[in-house]
Amino acid sequence: MSIHPQLLHLIIALIAVMAWVGLNALVLVYFERKGAGFIQRRPGPFEVGPQGIIQPLVDGIKLMCKQLVMPTGADPVLFWTAPLLSMTPVLLLFLVLPYGPWLTGMQIDLGILLILAFAGINVLALLIAGWSSNNKYGLLGAARAVAQSVAYEIPLLLAVLAVAFTTGTLDFVKITEGQGPWPWQWNMVYQPLAFIIFIISAVGECNRAPFDLPEAESELTAGFHTEFSSMGFGLFFMAEYSYMVVVASVASTLFLGGYQGPFGSDGWWWYLPKVYAILMFMIWIRWTYPRVTFVQLLNINWKWLLPLGTVNLLATAFFMKLF
Amino acid sequence: MTRYPDPKQVGGDFYSRNFAKNARPDTLILNLGPQHPSTHGVLRVLLELDGEYILRAEPVFGYLHRMHEKMGETKAWGQFMPNMGRVDYGHPLSWNWAYCGAVEKLAGIEVPERAEVIRVITHEMNRLTSHLLWWGAYILDLGAFTPIMYAFDDREHLLDLLQRPTASRLTYSYFRFGGVSKDLDEKFVEGTKAFIARFRQRLPMYKDLVTDNIILRKRVEDIGIIDQDMVTRYGATGPVARGAGLAYDLRVSEPFGVYDRFDFKVPTQTTCCSMGRYLVRMEEMEQSCRIIEQALEQLPGAEGPHLVKGAPKPQAKMPAGEAYFAVEGGRGKVGVYVVSDGSKIPYRVKLRAPGFSNLSCFAEACQGMLLADAVAVLGSLDLIIPEIDR
Amino acid sequence: MSAVKDIFQSVKDLWSLFVGLRVTGKYFMQPTLTVHYPRETVDEDVEQTYGGHVELVPKPKNPLKPKCIGCMMCVTNCPSGCLTVVKAKAPKPTPEEEQAMKEAEARGEKVKKPKAPKEPAKFMYDYSLCSLCGTCIENCPVGSLRYSNNIYFVGTSRKEFKLDLLQRLQRQAENTAKAAPEASEPEQAAETAKSEA
Repeated sequence: MSIHPQLLHLIIALIAVMAWVGLNALVLVYFERKGAGFIQRRPGPFEVGPQGIIQPLVDGIKLMCKQLVMPTGADPVLFWTAPLLSMTPVLLLFLVLPYGPWLTGMQIDLGILLILAFAGINVLALLIAGWSSNNKYGLLGAARAVAQSVAYEIPLLLAVLAVAFTTGTLDFVKITEGQGPWPWQWNMVYQPLAFIIFIISAVGECNRAPFDLPEAESELTAGFHTEFSSMGFGLFFMAEYSYMVVVASVASTLFLGGYQGPFGSDGWWWYLPKVYAILMFMIWIRWTYPRVTFVQLLNINWKWLLPLGTVNLLATAFFMKLF
Repeated sequence: MTRYPDPKQVGGDFYSRNFAKNARPDTLILNLGPQHPSTHGVLRVLLELDGEYILRAEPVFGYLHRMHEKMGETKAWGQFMPNMGRVDYGHPLSWNWAYCGAVEKLAGIEVPERAEVIRVITHEMNRLTSHLLWWGAYILDLGAFTPIMYAFDDREHLLDLLQRPTASRLTYSYFRFGGVSKDLDEKFVEGTKAFIARFRQRLPMYKDLVTDNIILRKRVEDIGIIDQDMVTRYGATGPVARGAGLAYDLRVSEPFGVYDRFDFKVPTQTTCCSMGRYLVRMEEMEQSCRIIEQALEQLPGAEGPHLVKGAPKPQAKMPAGEAYFAVEGGRGKVGVYVVSDGSKIPYRVKLRAPGFSNLSCFAEACQGMLLADAVAVLGSLDLIIPEIDR
Repeated sequence: MSAVKDIFQSVKDLWSLFVGLRVTGKYFMQPTLTVHYPRETVDEDVEQTYGGHVELVPKPKNPLKPKCIGCMMCVTNCPSGCLTVVKAKAPKPTPEEEQAMKEAEARGEKVKKPKAPKEPAKFMYDYSLCSLCGTCIENCPVGSLRYSNNIYFVGTSRKEFKLDLLQRLQRQAENTAKAAPEASEPEQAAETAKSEA
């Protein structure tokens, strides 16, 4: 019996993605805490391992060892579905990201569409989590999460579309190859407005500070995951960090030239630094700014990002037609 | 339309049941606290929410009631002193001063000049720590985690200095009837001068990082309007009153100690909003620096010991009578009223906490605003729950 | 005109975000300020002025004995009742002495009973009750109490905060004696230990 080679490729890729997602979450948690520490002039995690390097791993193990608590009056099926639903689509998203010329899990023509479609499932997970946990803070957090994610997907889409117009494709590999290895050949230079809109919407889409309203600690205790303990919370946590990696990867593919390196030195060694540069920027702004209010959040989206994105898209279309 | 779940079935305590009686059937009743991260301790606020808009609010307190007033009736005059450091952990020296001042007034104890100047210096330094604590915690409420660490960096320097004479870092019990318990040393004076110089350089950083930040300004501007009418109705004092344009500062209007010697401004803002109160406190920090500088210059010339000769012992008897003394604390007017029947134990000690009046404004000020704004208003009142409950 | 002003204001507002990033970025580059506790300790100056729990001051000539005269001023004035002092009793006369005393009494002479020494037999202190107000320190007529600089004092149970200050004083004296061995006086130590028992 022989397995179809493409299926084998897919299975290997999926397993690799699972490992990659876990590793990324650990590394990112470490970076986040270390970065926060240095910004606040303290060392951050320090005791577990040299420079506290295995702290996230130990924290993960601690989370797994904790008791799973479900509040009375919660809907048990939905309550336990939510964290799973939050985590599963993430694995799919990583499949289509091009890490190198030969390092793509599944190269399809509609890669961007797949990412945008499956990233939307996360909203459902947050809604279910907040709704099913029979907690008023959770409910408010879920309501915020839905309104925010739905709103911020539109400018995200507009920014991506502008790039798709210029390159004429939705395939990540082709978009990467459409750009050159040097910074002045990147889409960022041709689409600066789209890049800025994409980064802002990405922060909003990931529920990161200053747009972390669904889990705004000082208002809603922990928002939608108030009632989740142990790995229930752990999965939300991991999903959040994985989504961050996904949007950073998409941004670096669309705007920063992806895996392309000068003098034919293409590969993941160019790709990862770009991804992590964007992630570090997201961490940096999280530890600098206060949180916006919900009204302001939506105002930024509907009154600024959406018109700007539309104008940018129309201008792009106009210039594409012209030249 | 019936409310789900039915309040009659759900139960809840006295406050929530009463609060739910007047609620509209299509609203959500939310208990903000007593274990909520942004209520700074154990304040509980009952909110009636329409979506995220607040229709009604009712602060419920008493979760941190420690019977300080009753304790005053069971301890000797001097033995009540440590309690005064624990009423308000933010600005304990103002309570120290208010109680000492009341007893000194009652017994007619003279305070030496040097002690008065020392009192001003330590009191103002304590005001700086109080405002720094508030600043960090307030910005933390608004979602920025970093400023509190910068504020505590400065605060730590102040505490290192203040522990030299007071031997404590948070709950001071430093003032005595007729002076203070320990004189200032040379290192304290040098260190304070160095700190003021350092702090003057840090203040622009605070302004750059937080005050000028557009997100913060949009968060706190034009919310939580507490105007002069409300201030007078609720008896709010301190930065809340000054943020409403009322230049009411006991250091100027009813000078106590030797405050009339110093040249400083009473900062006021006329916007009446949270930003106004915020700016008042930021400006007050600068003014406190000025007072400390002037007081340090006067310190060598000030005559007398740090504690008056023949200062009453902790178990001493006080003459019968009554006295009231008020000082300007970090949060407003801190007043202590004592009644003596001539024995060594006070007949009655009444503490007037400014936070209580300031918090009373909250229910009216937060009507019709968003939940997130309510947190911003609550923070701008600079509440210290132990002081409210006493 | 106001439109221009608005645009100018918006640009200024946006600029404020970059100013904030610059501040945090600057501090990110600077070294950390935290004291890494087990590996580092706080400044000498801060430790010396720290007001920890109360401790006894030894006599200048005898580091094993406190200056305390057992007057109970600290106990009566303490607002929290965290001090327990038991005065030393008069030493019980030996049988020979007793015999001598009885004989003297029989002879009609004035009997000189041994007086109680002016020192505490027991000086217990409950740190968990203490409010560190310094009342005992100020009211001690001989200056036998002071704040310790014990900044790293931790415990896992309430019992560990009930301190026997006399024992602590002896431990301190032994430690200083160990640090400077030529100054140690073993006989004296034995004597104090006996009187302790």
